[in-house]
Amino acid sequence: MKLYCLSGHPTLPCNVLKFKSTTIMLDCGLDMTSTLNFLPLPLVQSPRLSNLPGWSLKDGNVFLDKELKECSGHVFVDSVPEFCLPETELIDLSTVDVILISNYHCMMALPYITEHTGFTGTVYATEPTVQIGRLLMEELVNFTERVPKAQSASLWKNKDTQRLLPSPLKDAVEVSTWRRCYTMQEVNSALSKIQLVGYSQKIELFGAVQVTPLSSGYALGSSNWIIQSHYEKVSYVSGSSLLTTHPQPMDQASLKNSDVLVLTGLTQIPTANPDGMVGEFFSNLALTVRNGGNVLVPCYPSGVIYDLLECLYQYIDSAGLSSIPFYFISPVANSSLEFSQIFAEWLCHNKQTKVYLPEPPFPHAELIQTNKLKHYPSIHGDFSNDFRQPCVVFTGHPSLRFGDVVHFMELWGKSSLNTVIFTEPDFSYLEALAPYQPLAMKCIYCPIDTRLNFIQVSKLLKEVQPLHVVCPEQYTQPPPAQAHRMDLMIDCQPPPMSYRRAEVLALPFKRRYEKIEIMPELADSLVPMEMKPGVSLATVSAVLHTKDNKHALQPPPRPIQPTGGKKRKRVTDDIPDCKVLKPLLSGSIPVEQFVQTLEKHGFSDIKVEDTAKGHIVLLQEAETLIQIEEDSTHIICDNDEMLRVRLRDLVLKFLQKF
Amino acid sequence: MDPECAQLLPALCAALTDPRQPVADDTCLEKLLDWFKTLTEAGSSLQLLQDSPCLVELLLQVPKAPGLSPRVLAFSLRLAGLLAAQEDCFQFLQGELLPGLFGEAGPLGGAAWTAPTVRSGWIQGLRSLAQHPSALHFLADLGALDTVVSLQGDSSLFVASAAGQLLAHLLGLSLRGQAEGSPGPQVCDWPASAQRIVGHIEESLCSPAAPRVTQALNVLTTTFGHCHQLWAQVLWARLSPLAACLLEKDPVPAAHSLVDLLLSAARSPALSSDRSRWETVAQALGRLSPAHAGPLALGLLTLQDCPQALSAQAFTVLLQPLACVLKAATQAPGPPGLPAGPEGDPAVADALLSSRSACVGLLCQTLAHLELLQPLPQRPAPWPQAPLLGAAVTVLRFCNGSAVPASGSDVGGRLCAILAGCVRVQRAALGFLGALSADTGPPELVTQVFAVLLDYLQSPDSSPTVLKKAFQATLRWLLSARTPPGCCDLDPPTQLLLRELLPVLQRRLCSPCWEVRDSGLEFLTQVVGCWAGQAGFRHALLASEVPQLAQQLLQDPESYVRASAVTAVGQLSSRGLPATPAGPEHPGGPQKSLLPELLHVLAADSEGFPRRAAMQVFTQWLRDGHAEVAEDTERFVARVLQAASRDLDWEVRAQGLELARVFLEQTLGQPGSRCPYAVAAPEAAAPGRVAQALRAACRVQLVEFAFRALFDYDRPVAQKSCDLLLFLRDQAAPWDSLQEARGSPDVASVEAALRRWRAGEQGQPLGPLEPEAVLAVLRSMDLEGLRGALAESSDHVERNPQSLLQDMLATVGILGDNEADCY
Repeated sequence: MKLYCLSGHPTLPCNVLKFKSTTIMLDCGLDMTSTLNFLPLPLVQSPRLSNLPGWSLKDGNVFLDKELKECSGHVFVDSVPEFCLPETELIDLSTVDVILISNYHCMMALPYITEHTGFTGTVYATEPTVQIGRLLMEELVNFTERVPKAQSASLWKNKDTQRLLPSPLKDAVEVSTWRRCYTMQEVNSALSKIQLVGYSQKIELFGAVQVTPLSSGYALGSSNWIIQSHYEKVSYVSGSSLLTTHPQPMDQASLKNSDVLVLTGLTQIPTANPDGMVGEFFSNLALTVRNGGNVLVPCYPSGVIYDLLECLYQYIDSAGLSSIPFYFISPVANSSLEFSQIFAEWLCHNKQTKVYLPEPPFPHAELIQTNKLKHYPSIHGDFSNDFRQPCVVFTGHPSLRFGDVVHFMELWGKSSLNTVIFTEPDFSYLEALAPYQPLAMKCIYCPIDTRLNFIQVSKLLKEVQPLHVVCPEQYTQPPPAQAHRMDLMIDCQPPPMSYRRAEVLALPFKRRYEKIEIMPELADSLVPMEMKPGVSLATVSAVLHTKDNKHALQPPPRPIQPTGGKKRKRVTDDIPDCKVLKPLLSGSIPVEQFVQTLEKHGFSDIKVEDTAKGHIVLLQEAETLIQIEEDSTHIICDNDEMLRVRLRDLVLKFLQKF
Repeated sequence: MDPECAQLLPALCAALTDPRQPVADDTCLEKLLDWFKTLTEAGSSLQLLQDSPCLVELLLQVPKAPGLSPRVLAFSLRLAGLLAAQEDCFQFLQGELLPGLFGEAGPLGGAAWTAPTVRSGWIQGLRSLAQHPSALHFLADLGALDTVVSLQGDSSLFVASAAGQLLAHLLGLSLRGQAEGSPGPQVCDWPASAQRIVGHIEESLCSPAAPRVTQALNVLTTTFGHCHQLWAQVLWARLSPLAACLLEKDPVPAAHSLVDLLLSAARSPALSSDRSRWETVAQALGRLSPAHAGPLALGLLTLQDCPQALSAQAFTVLLQPLACVLKAATQAPGPPGLPAGPEGDPAVADALLSSRSACVGLLCQTLAHLELLQPLPQRPAPWPQAPLLGAAVTVLRFCNGSAVPASGSDVGGRLCAILAGCVRVQRAALGFLGALSADTGPPELVTQVFAVLLDYLQSPDSSPTVLKKAFQATLRWLLSARTPPGCCDLDPPTQLLLRELLPVLQRRLCSPCWEVRDSGLEFLTQVVGCWAGQAGFRHALLASEVPQLAQQLLQDPESYVRASAVTAVGQLSSRGLPATPAGPEHPGGPQKSLLPELLHVLAADSEGFPRRAAMQVFTQWLRDGHAEVAEDTERFVARVLQAASRDLDWEVRAQGLELARVFLEQTLGQPGSRCPYAVAAPEAAAPGRVAQALRAACRVQLVEFAFRALFDYDRPVAQKSCDLLLFLRDQAAPWDSLQEARGSPDVASVEAALRRWRAGEQGQPLGPLEPEAVLAVLRSMDLEGLRGALAESSDHVERNPQSLLQDMLATVGILGDNEADCY
């Protein structure tokens, strides 16, 4: 059993598991932090960005100043943002049989894999995962396509050149494999390969293994996966949450008794408690708005935003914010808000019960009805007519490199009355802000990550007791910035196996059994013999039939009388050679009694020697040696077949035959 | 016993022995016992029995009546014990009755004995009974001691504990019986019963079963706690070696009870001349686990007469967990550690790291102990203020993950993992840190204290309860940092803290969690209360948005927050720190008045807390002569009293009377802060002033308000009103006599209105009042009598024994009067 690790990002995993002749890709995450090296794509012509000075090598080499721009001491690539794909060279991706998706954030690289690697398999995911994943992809494509950039920089990627660049460009990995965003056509084609599944549904893969999605509690439709054969069980835990938010709670019980548990997608901010962060978010929001400032919340169009809107609904009146407009701007804003209301079966119990009242499960419906929350596909069109300040704007993309957020950063960045509040933990907020410096606007970092923290993980592992834990290397040591926090790492026995990008891991686990069925008529013919209480044996003569990874013992075909008439035998009539079987023996030989028996039969001068494995009985006169061990007995004598047979028969007297 | 009760008692006794009429309520029987107790304390029990033969009958019948409820059985046992406490009565009952109840013939060993109530009643009965030497003989004849000993291990904790106490009591009694010739210097010279008890205790102390050891230790603890006589020394000399033997075992059995015993012995005056107890205690300090040694150390440190060396040892033990924490985070060479020694006890480190709950428990216990010790006069000197500050700060840093463990220290790494985010330890450490503000510390440490407090106030991860503690600790440190009189401004570190603190407070006042907003407002009120005079503080506060935010919180959806906001803005306004100052940003703009807003709260808020807070603010404003009040005081008082009189909350109405009193005192020219305990009566006011004040009181309808309150359904309001009217009458005395000469005014209409109010018709208005009429009415009313009646508790009628007996009879259906009620 092997694990091929194609991504180095612990929360955007992409691993391939080879298990029992199947090749299963676990998630297909796309590392978008690479975009932080690029200049933002402004929706409206930005003189500030277009007038940034070019960057040149120390030797005055000027070819790079077209590609690289400098802003407040940082260097950015002036090109269409590119993404860091999972490894494609480590394993032939055309051999991947299935891809299992755990949540909508972990499927963003899907078009790159399904459309460009010869992939011919099936992708499994839950319905909300597919629908919301589609929205995220649609938004991404829209953000990058609606602002076409003439220039595409590639010279900086030259290895020799890259070495000369300042950090972080210098340290960026595998820049040559970075790719631009996919097209909508590729998205549609990739999504068409997905087969929808429901929680606890058992899916047979080629009869060899069974895969089952389980609720992971993190997002709408998010799943962990169980991959099991008859005797082995691998659990894949990715992006799970034990907090009570909108999705169905996590199913922990089904993860018990795993041989291997692959653990990815823990919280990215283990020191921040989501409740405290929500409090911080609202305090800062209220303070800014009361002072007449605007609040910008860079966010994804789905996920935590649902919970934030729900808190907002409860808090809006008490904080005196009823008159403040809240805007949600995204090409998929409308679909996201509406989709969230229709996936009732994927929601937590409280929200499910609302549906029977019937009420919309999320209160943002009421915010929209009362006009407190308004949503727009983009800043163009209706929004520009309705726009009132001070206001609160939720919009993407959280990297601040594309999307409507770029416009608001340019618009509000100059005033210290305004605040940008970061809630998505995927991007370093300081790096995200770098191309907007100098910035007068207040910046608040309130990352809300509801995924498991290390305390929860340690409780989970105690509860489910896997034999082995496999996790990204980042989880096996404290974060570099807090090297003394030994509590911020996975602590379990035996210690977890860690992996890093482009590594192949042999999982510490050997398959020892295979299930074989016996056909009823064959079973009927068996005559078991009890060897000791509770253990019976029978000999079986059968034909092993293997098809679709399923094994069955069938009665051997009856020997066909030679017809004589036909010279040529048909191949199908070929009968396996059935030799006359010797009976099987069992039991043990008590040495003392054996020696007595030998003496009774006329052997004298018998010596017994104890060896590590048993005994050697030495018949000195006959120059013969009988070696008795636990599972074998050898009679060694010189060419005296008579003697051997005599001795053999004496040995057999002590053993049972069947 | 009054005749009415004597008349009812036989029927009740008969009912109690009738199993067909079960007593529904335990509390009735308890009350009945209380009554008998007062009767026996006041007079002769024998007389009582002779006057009420039904009681003897009851006690005779009870053991014989089959199927009687365990409650009645237990009651009878306790009653018998109560009566037999007097020796003559004991003699009277001894023949048949007492053995019938307490001996084999009684419930002992029978089916009823399975009920814990009966066993408990048996023990309590004996406990009451055992007051004289003859009782001891009785007990010996019964062989009761064995039963008491076995009941120490009873499944019911109440029974077991009572058995232990009875044993201690019997030991004392048997030795007290010898008082004439004091008990011998050897246990072998003691009476047989005492020797048996001591023998049993010795045996138990040597037992391998921990529960038995615990029982013996508890008996000894009770004994030393109550006994002030010399024989205690003999007992201690005999048994302390056994206690010391317990300390040799690993782990020490029944450590908790052993600590109690040692503390009881340490406190016992009877043992004051015995030095050996200190040796045992010192040995215990060294041997007990840190969790048990801590309470022992604290107990020793609170003693007045603890030897110097021992208290030093105890203090070291108490400090060890903190020393361990401090060491785990100190980079060598660090600041001086705690006197617990540089090495630290490895056992303490082990205890800290053994498990999360053990670590948290030990640290919380240590911090709480030190917090208790800090303000005591007998706390150890020199008090290691600086290392303790360092330790508290370090603990808090471990809890928020900012402490860096000492390099190469495993303890530090583990502590880091255990304490991160631990709310219990955070609360305990913040409480302790606040307590440490009573002493000063080195400036660099104070800076660290401020920094860690700010961290906690700023951190989004601080839970509301931790935040509240952090606010309290910050306030205490701010108050301790107050500059000495004569210096008009704050010291630089405090100013620095303030600069950071106000933005945090702003954010906290906007928190979605109401507890946080509430703690923020409370903090604001308190800090303004003591710092409003500091120019630096005033300037910083006015430059921030805090006052405006506080005012906005008057509209908060949570009533507690609204109440705190009312108090806060009231305080701000009193101190001249209004929400919208007339400053350069608002040139010439009139200051928005707060009074109408608070009046609106008083009149319209749906919850009581904000209205009460508003009344308190108004009273304070009136006392302080607040500018808005001073503009037109009478109108202000009239409006407030009008709103208060309609309020459904009695505390608001009572506060209204307080405000009325302040107003009267001011108009009468009395100093407001009269000492309520002053011996001399306040001097009466000058007649002219009285007339003026009375007229003003009538104008603002204060008199009508007070008269109405006199008939308030809530007794505290009526009492307060009564006091107020008495005050008014006494003040008006000189003028009163002048008035009498002029003839009596017409008071008929006033009295008629008062009668209607008394009858509950409160709707009727009083109409315009004349001061003369008011005085005449006051004179004619029996206010003193009314005050006396109001002073009686509201259930004084129901609490008399006659009522109790009637109630009990009614529940069993004996009283014919209530038959109709059953229908």
